[in-house]
Amino acid sequence: MSEAVVTDTGGVIPAGTEGVVADFSADKQTYQMPWGKAMMWFFLLSDTFIFGVFLTSYMSVRMSARDAWPVPSEVFALSFGGEPIPLILIAIMTFILISSSGTMAMAVNMGYRGERVKAYWLMMATAAFGLMFVSMQAFEWTKLIVEEGVRLWSNPMGASQFGSTFFMITGFHGLHVSIGVIYLVVIARRVKSGFYERTRGNYEMVEIVGLYWHFVDLVWVFIFAFFYLW
Amino acid sequence: MAHEVDQQHPLSIYFWIWGLLFVLSFFSYMVDYMNFQGGLRWALILLFMFLKAGFIVGIFMHMAWERLAMKLTILLPPFALLVFVLLMFYESDYVFLTRITFFGEGAPSMMHH
Repeated sequence: MSEAVVTDTGGVIPAGTEGVVADFSADKQTYQMPWGKAMMWFFLLSDTFIFGVFLTSYMSVRMSARDAWPVPSEVFALSFGGEPIPLILIAIMTFILISSSGTMAMAVNMGYRGERVKAYWLMMATAAFGLMFVSMQAFEWTKLIVEEGVRLWSNPMGASQFGSTFFMITGFHGLHVSIGVIYLVVIARRVKSGFYERTRGNYEMVEIVGLYWHFVDLVWVFIFAFFYLW
Repeated sequence: MAHEVDQQHPLSIYFWIWGLLFVLSFFSYMVDYMNFQGGLRWALILLFMFLKAGFIVGIFMHMAWERLAMKLTILLPPFALLVFVLLMFYESDYVFLTRITFFGEGAPSMMHH
């Protein structure tokens, strides 16, 4: 969907496949974006490999386990007085994270429009959703450890490898969410104070923190599918 | 420096994708709630997963509007993981069979860890 780009010296870089060759070989910077954004993308690519390797190791461990793997649908069921509802807490956490992605996308859009107060509040809303997510995860961990006796090396429900993979994968994701909340609050306060207007004249930073936040949501999509639903 | 690609889009597209992500998440939750099993379960889980991932990367992260050079740089390398997954698939199958051979089947609760 990108179009041809005209450089300052008047050269035209075409779109499409031809553009790829030109982008990599022409006497100019390769990617048509601020370096901070490109670097965030490269960081996220490296993070993709970290989570990819985590999920792959989870697959190997689960496939090679001799004992039956605990059924996530039952392990993560929650009862509100009546019959336990399967995976309900995880479903709520998923909806919270998607909501936060929505507010983040709005914040980026408001940033580009230069509406810094709106961008600030939308980013703070995103951070609040993130905080809710982490709190619910803390509740889930506590329930598993204290009430159900799940440990890194054993658990009463089945294959002993369940605990180590669960705590490692969701823990690493939760760490990403927590860092994201701090990151969001730091950038949001600078947006509100007009810091970026004075120093850069644009709100590209909102898009960069947005990339990180959407990535956290993206990873959760895969964890939800492979760990909780599979 | 060349002009950068503008990432300002109408708000409506975000609302649409937001709603769509909610619907897709609801569907994937329903896969578990309705207790689908076997091939259908896995197919549906993967379908909803890839659709959600596609909308997040494409629209929310604006990848759909980036230049092809950027798309290729970011989206191609993760496919290398598939090779690793394939290797580990056969490896863990082998480990599983070895365990069955040496430790026998079943009696999970009798095992000492």
